[in-house]
Amino acid sequence: MDVNTVYEGILAGNRRAIARGLSWIDEGGVRGKELAHRLFTHMGKARIIGITGAPGVGKSTLVNALALRLRQREHTVGILAVDPSSPFTGGAILGDRIRMQESVDDKGVYMRSLASRGHVGGLSRAAFGAITLLDAAGFDTILVETVGAGQAEVDIMRYAQTILVVLAPGLGDDIQAIKAGILEIGNVFVVNKSDREGVDLTVRSLRGLLSLTSEASGWTPPIVKTQADRAMGLDDVVEAVDHHQHHLRQHHVLDDLRYQQAENILKQALEDQLMLMQSAPGQKALWDETVKRILSGNDAGSEARRILREWMGTTVQGD
Amino acid sequence: MIRVLVAKPGLDGHDRGAKVIARALRDAGMEVIYTGLHQTPDQIVEAALSEDVDVLAISILSGAHPTLVPRIMRLLHDNGMNDILVLLGGIIPEDDVPAMLGCGVKHVFGPGTDTNEIVEYIRKNVGER
Repeated sequence: MDVNTVYEGILAGNRRAIARGLSWIDEGGVRGKELAHRLFTHMGKARIIGITGAPGVGKSTLVNALALRLRQREHTVGILAVDPSSPFTGGAILGDRIRMQESVDDKGVYMRSLASRGHVGGLSRAAFGAITLLDAAGFDTILVETVGAGQAEVDIMRYAQTILVVLAPGLGDDIQAIKAGILEIGNVFVVNKSDREGVDLTVRSLRGLLSLTSEASGWTPPIVKTQADRAMGLDDVVEAVDHHQHHLRQHHVLDDLRYQQAENILKQALEDQLMLMQSAPGQKALWDETVKRILSGNDAGSEARRILREWMGTTVQGD
Repeated sequence: MIRVLVAKPGLDGHDRGAKVIARALRDAGMEVIYTGLHQTPDQIVEAALSEDVDVLAISILSGAHPTLVPRIMRLLHDNGMNDILVLLGGIIPEDDVPAMLGCGVKHVFGPGTDTNEIVEYIRKNVGER
């Protein structure tokens, strides 16, 4: 398959084209970048929902239940689930499909497992490209599940419109631990496994913490109790998401988000260009020489400017 | 990056072997999608398609391979997914191996196979995309 075939296939909603396109975007090469770039203009129709939370709170099960509920409303659903890659071998075991069996059996659902591939922040480097692709392919709602997240895995806020932070009872002090991290980015809080002991305490301490922070836009994050494995509380989750989406539209926040996304794309493209120039043939000597200058005490900032001038003087790769 | 789907079709409830293989392939730097027990041929092929895997590793210990494997192979063929490397493991009697290879399985790995052998086989035989 060539880029054009895959591109056309994706716009037509062809599952094989979608799957192959995601692989290309995931591998991060030239064809993947070209594809993501071309698809970006077709983006902007889907609702993009992020699901994050500590390992074991039931994110995958919640995604499965949520997807099924959305299917009842005739929404098509694209799911991206990120699991961590091994920092040693780069390999990964991606097991999110196990808990999503019911929803992936539905032809209106497309689910893809992504490995984080060394990227920190809770998503993979390719995540935004993957979201773009599913949006362009016409899915009404895209659910993006992060790796088990704690404090720093807040990448999702750059790409998702509505963020569900999932917690479970019994985390007690852990709520304290995550208050400065993912608690700040939640638009809806889901206390899952709500049949467990301590659920009221969790909800109470969550409410206490949330009262200390207030979003500038005037949105107050609701707290919803669920038992995702029994599909209990899911209507409340869907309703909370709908409310938040309505709020976003009323306050024109989505335009800001889209601007930020374009900005992030530019930043990532810049990084990619730098990497390309650094690894271009014949650049090794300049690179080594510059590293040595820094070792011998030269200012890194001015060395960076010097190396940029050298690079720009030659050719910009990829044109 | 090589992506592998490790699949357990049918009623066979024993996945220790499949998990050992999944772990070994991960340690060899591959991305392994494991979908759990009791998968139908449809579910397996749908997962292979959605995940765009290079390799499908099927594990069967129940003796149902003469029924299940040809079905999986037919579905792969129907979806134009002939470029996937299909491997079979578990308890496959020697007499059945030619039939398995005949319907499109590239290699059958029996009990006691060194996981390194499987890793090497995949690296050598996986196709370009």
